Amino acid sequence: MAAETVSNVVCPLCGCLCDDIEVIVEDGKISNVKKACPLGKNKIMGHDRIKAPMIRENGEFKEVSYDDVIEKSAQILAQAKRPLLYGWASLICEAQRKGVELAEEIGALIDTTASVCHGSTVVGVQGRGAPGCTLGEIKNRADLVIYWGCNPQEAHPRHRARYAHSVKGMYRPNGKNDRKVFVIDVRETKTAKVADEFVKIDPGYDYMAFSALRTILAGHADVVPDTVGGVAKEKLVEMVDAMKSCEFGVIFGGMGLTHTRCRYKNLENVISLVDELNAHTKFTLIPMRGHYNVNGSGHSLAWLTGYPFAIDFSRGYAWYNPGETTSNDLLMRREVDAMMAIAGDPGAHFPGESLRHMAKIPLIQIDPYANPTTELADIVIPTAVSGVEVDGTAYRMDGVPIRTRKVVETEYLTDEEVLERILTRVRELKGGN
Amino acid sequence: MTILIKNGVVFDPAQGIDGEKMDIAIDGDKFVEDVSSPDEVIDAGGRMVVPGGVELHTHIAGGKVNAGRIMRPEDGRKGRIPRGKLTRACSGFSVLNTFATAYTYARMGYTTTFEAAMPPLLARHTHEEFEDTPITDKGALVLLDNNWMTIEYAKSGDLDKLAAYVSWMSEASKAYGIKIVNPGGTEAWGWGKNCSINDPVPGFDVTPKEIIKALAQVNEDLGLPHSIHIHCNDLGHPGNFETTIETYEAVKDIKPSSDRQVMHATHTQFHSYGGSNWGDFESKADEIAKYINKNDHITIDLGVVMFCDTTTMTADGPMEYSLHTLSRRKWSNHDVELETGSGIIPVAYSPKIGVNAIQWAIGLELALLITDPWKMALTTDHPNGCPFTFYPEIIALLMSKAKRESMLETVSEAVGKRALIATIDRELTWSDIITMTRAGPAKILGMSDTKGSLKVGADADLAIYDIMPESFDPTKDYKTIEDKLMRTVYTIKGGEIVVRDGEITATPHGRTFWVNPAGKKAEAARDGMLEDLERMFRDYYTVSMANYPVQDEYIPHGVEIRTEVN
Repeated sequence: MAAETVSNVVCPLCGCLCDDIEVIVEDGKISNVKKACPLGKNKIMGHDRIKAPMIRENGEFKEVSYDDVIEKSAQILAQAKRPLLYGWASLICEAQRKGVELAEEIGALIDTTASVCHGSTVVGVQGRGAPGCTLGEIKNRADLVIYWGCNPQEAHPRHRARYAHSVKGMYRPNGKNDRKVFVIDVRETKTAKVADEFVKIDPGYDYMAFSALRTILAGHADVVPDTVGGVAKEKLVEMVDAMKSCEFGVIFGGMGLTHTRCRYKNLENVISLVDELNAHTKFTLIPMRGHYNVNGSGHSLAWLTGYPFAIDFSRGYAWYNPGETTSNDLLMRREVDAMMAIAGDPGAHFPGESLRHMAKIPLIQIDPYANPTTELADIVIPTAVSGVEVDGTAYRMDGVPIRTRKVVETEYLTDEEVLERILTRVRELKGGN
Repeated sequence: MTILIKNGVVFDPAQGIDGEKMDIAIDGDKFVEDVSSPDEVIDAGGRMVVPGGVELHTHIAGGKVNAGRIMRPEDGRKGRIPRGKLTRACSGFSVLNTFATAYTYARMGYTTTFEAAMPPLLARHTHEEFEDTPITDKGALVLLDNNWMTIEYAKSGDLDKLAAYVSWMSEASKAYGIKIVNPGGTEAWGWGKNCSINDPVPGFDVTPKEIIKALAQVNEDLGLPHSIHIHCNDLGHPGNFETTIETYEAVKDIKPSSDRQVMHATHTQFHSYGGSNWGDFESKADEIAKYINKNDHITIDLGVVMFCDTTTMTADGPMEYSLHTLSRRKWSNHDVELETGSGIIPVAYSPKIGVNAIQWAIGLELALLITDPWKMALTTDHPNGCPFTFYPEIIALLMSKAKRESMLETVSEAVGKRALIATIDRELTWSDIITMTRAGPAKILGMSDTKGSLKVGADADLAIYDIMPESFDPTKDYKTIEDKLMRTVYTIKGGEIVVRDGEITATPHGRTFWVNPAGKKAEAARDGMLEDLERMFRDYYTVSMANYPVQDEYIPHGVEIRTEVN
């Protein structure tokens, strides 16, 4: 039994995109994973794989061939008047690009998991810009790190050690001792426990806190009330002092900002804060993207269509209007008459009202893993795991593109192959074009 | 496939052909002497036949272009075109999607487009976008000046190691040439600072001028086809023309390795400013032109500003931030570890604002005051001065004093006081224009064997415009220039008809040219360089060295150009 170690494997789990993973392969199967966090290890080791393509008949799944599911999917999509292609986060750019081609062909709506994640960050960026940098800039320069509304200890477990806290860099040779870490959150998370300072804020008060910080920064501390969202004014003044006096600061923004009260307005406000801090020192903002290639979905959609998510091709050109063309708005209006969920799990993350409509319309799932969406799906197409069984491009949370590696062979079709075959068949059904 | 183009009025400055009626023959992807029984005969009917356009400095693909698209959906909305039988959906005015970029260039007669700023760490992104930008041949210039390896070697003076590094990086990022953008300044921006040409770079005991000289020397040691391509320090600052000329002077004694310049200075309009503040801001295009006219080691491109709401984007992070402090419009910034940075903000150039109007004048003045059209390429630094779709109007302005006079009536009176444009009578000829958009940029890039000419053996890239040069007066009928240069009657790329009557007829993949510098000069100090580089990856980068180089999968249409200096 020959065991082989594959080095520098890129972890296809979260937006950290750690690229130093070692995978032990024995007899063509993965037997162990080293250096990865438990989340990444679990993904690379594999679990709950969908065994075969399936079609639901009389409420029960029946295993069928790839030819069958591809034919049936193509028919549904070719006939649909308002199809929605949703997901695109846990797969490689090569498949995303094919997906956009399919969306254009059938005049579909194409939307990504950003729609229920960092979409509000994107909308904030569209209002105020994106003062950011790559993670290596944090590693080498940052002496002030603020995690706001995110909990990397549990969601991005190696973030601190690789990029932002204990890691040593050019101008931070002592790692942790050269940096100060703040956590701002509504509860004392595991990350809060390892930070230098934890600032507890009342839920839904982030916008006001940013406004207070900006007011203090502008020299008007006198008009700030004694407490803002449960945070004492003295603490806010202290934070502004820390921000102004650091050499290089960063705010990592999480879902605590994007999906609480004020949503994209929170982002506009924190971006304005970062912008204004640059009059005093160097300051940046990096969104803590979740899925390993959700950032890539925004990038590939943007260069192909001009927009990063929530795109409607029903007019032949790309129409972008979040709030109208975002998945849950579409589903709640019962506008969608067929849906493909690919490399995203709306079943687990969408509200009940959306799910009720999803249950009524033909739902095609393309995914390596069974998940709550499978329970609602009419057609299930299992695929190879990108980054383990397929190589291809992913964009880290800071926009650095890395080519994921293929570690083992597979019998499953890749996402790209499935999409290509559906696209080819759709074109035939529509009588050529 | 063979094509014969008959009855064209041909302009091909590389061969000294200036509006002669002649036939052009194509066999496969090359121009040939003649073809018997051609598969297709195109009767140009006295229309203008010219080589395909060569764009040597544009921002069309990669991280910052895409950040511009993401940040500006309002710009995307300006260029919406539904998908067609052969074409994908289009969007954008200044930050076009990749398909709109390709189709628009092709319709305007351009067949070669060079992306002017590729951060090495993000090179994969540029190449991915290239694959989705059909038709034109492409190449990318890689940002190497604010790079810690480069800065260290410039400081130690170890040019052999620098040569080994440039060689390694060119291959690793699949780049065509060396780009320099505000050397030292973007590294300083890592700390929110900037530097001018003689300021020591913070954290490194070396000046931007030393970095420029080191890269220029290594560029020639390696015999790269293109020279260094520089965006000088102090871009956009009043009074910066002195820095610009000092930059030119810095490389005067370096010998070029081939028949071309030693330095290509880009978007020179942004570097030709006099005055000491925005109040006494003035044109110094005459000083820059005087220098260029006297010296042969520098070529430039113009970077013309036209009045519109465009998107500025550059690796010059501190410059974008200072623009942002003036306008307060939304600002993106993306510093790239150990290597470079970038900034983006929307800018609306207004004819009523004195500074903008003077900027507009300077771009044109440079073209009119530099006597030799081979020394300058027409660019707008797309989309920084304005989108490339303004080329036809800019050409009309350069060819017609009447057009300039009509426009001068609409711009700020500051132009009359602090610019020169109103005093210049020169009107460029078709030969000047075709040189500045074809033969010149091809020569500057080191591609004159294959691009920018209709000569036998060159790539069969060609444009036919619906203009009858023999009976057409560009000085008077400037409106026709603006219309007819927007849409070719034919664009042929690599022997394939890609545009007919202004419509896209084929969307082949373009090729990506990249340079692999080999030979003793590139390899002598390779082992020592690799030790230094491995340390950089181990200690400072956040990506492992094994995952860093751009894999072959990203350049399926790549063309390797091997240079070998021993």
